[in-house]
Amino acid sequence: MTRGAMTRGVNTAGLYVRDQDEALAFYVGKLGFILHTDVRNGDYRWLTVQHPEQPAFQLGLFKPGPPVHDAATAQTLNEMVAKGAMPPLVLAVDDCRAAYARMSECGVEFTQEPVERYGRVDAGFRDPSGNGWKMIETAAKPQSRSSK
Amino acid sequence: MSQSPELLRRLLRSKDRMDGAPHEDWTVERLAQVSAVSVAHFSREFKKAFGLPPHRYLLTRRIERATALLRDTDLPITEIAFRTGWNSVGTFGRIFNDITCESPGEFRARTSSISDARQDMPECVMRAVDRPNLNIAVLEKRRLKSAGKL
Repeated sequence: MTRGAMTRGVNTAGLYVRDQDEALAFYVGKLGFILHTDVRNGDYRWLTVQHPEQPAFQLGLFKPGPPVHDAATAQTLNEMVAKGAMPPLVLAVDDCRAAYARMSECGVEFTQEPVERYGRVDAGFRDPSGNGWKMIETAAKPQSRSSK
Repeated sequence: MSQSPELLRRLLRSKDRMDGAPHEDWTVERLAQVSAVSVAHFSREFKKAFGLPPHRYLLTRRIERATALLRDTDLPITEIAFRTGWNSVGTFGRIFNDITCESPGEFRARTSSISDARQDMPECVMRAVDRPNLNIAVLEKRRLKSAGKL
C-alpha cells in the first residue's frame, strides 16, 4: 500500500479553553491566526481558527461543557487545562526572537525567553486558559520524516 | 473542596516561574505574590494542585538542571552547584545524592558517554521528563535509606 493513500492528513485538532471569546481574541488578536468557523447550536459553539499559512489545518477552540460534557467532567477538564496538564503544542517560527519581541509587546505570557539550543532558538508561552506552547525556529521548508 | 480553574491558572504561574528560573530564591512569599494567593494558603493550594509542596517541586527542577549540566557540559561541579541555586557545594552534593542515589561526579561519569538523540523533543518536555520523581521528602528518603528500607 502506498504511504498516505488511505488518509489525507490532520484537518482539525482542538484545544480546551475556559472562555471562547477570550481565546479568539488571543489566537487572532495576539498570535495572528484567522477565524475559520464560528457556528452556534444552542449553547454549543463550534469555533476554529486557522494559521494564515496553513490553510489545510484548523485549530479548534472548544469550551468544555454541556451538551458534550456533564458538569463534573467539564470542571475536571477546566482544571486540567488551568494546571497546564494538557499536551504540549508547538508553533513553528522563522525568527523566534523577533516573534518573542512582538508577542511580548502584545502581552503574551511567556514561560521561557528565547534560548538557543542545538543551533535552534526556542521559547515558550501559554494561552490565557493555560495551554502551553513551544515556539521553535525551523527551516523554511519542514522536512518530512519519511524523506530522511 | 475542588480548586477553581482561576486559582489553578494562577498557581500554574508560580510553577512556570520556578521552571523558568529554578536557580533563583523562591520564597513562599514571592510565590504567593506571583499567584495572588495569601502566604498562609499558598503551599497547601500548590500541593493540592500539583501533588507536592512548592519547595520540593523547586528541588526537582534544580536537580534536573544540574543533571543536564553534568551530562551536557564540562562545567566544574562547583560552578554547576552555584548555577542551579545552591550556596554550597556540600549541600548540593548531599541533596543530589539523596535524590538520585549517586554523587554528581558518579552521575557525570555514567552519563557523559551516552549519545544524545534528544534534539527532536521540545526542551520544556525534556526538562519535565528528566525531573526526579520526588514523591517523598528528601529527609524522609534519607531516613529510610539509613534504616535500610529503600
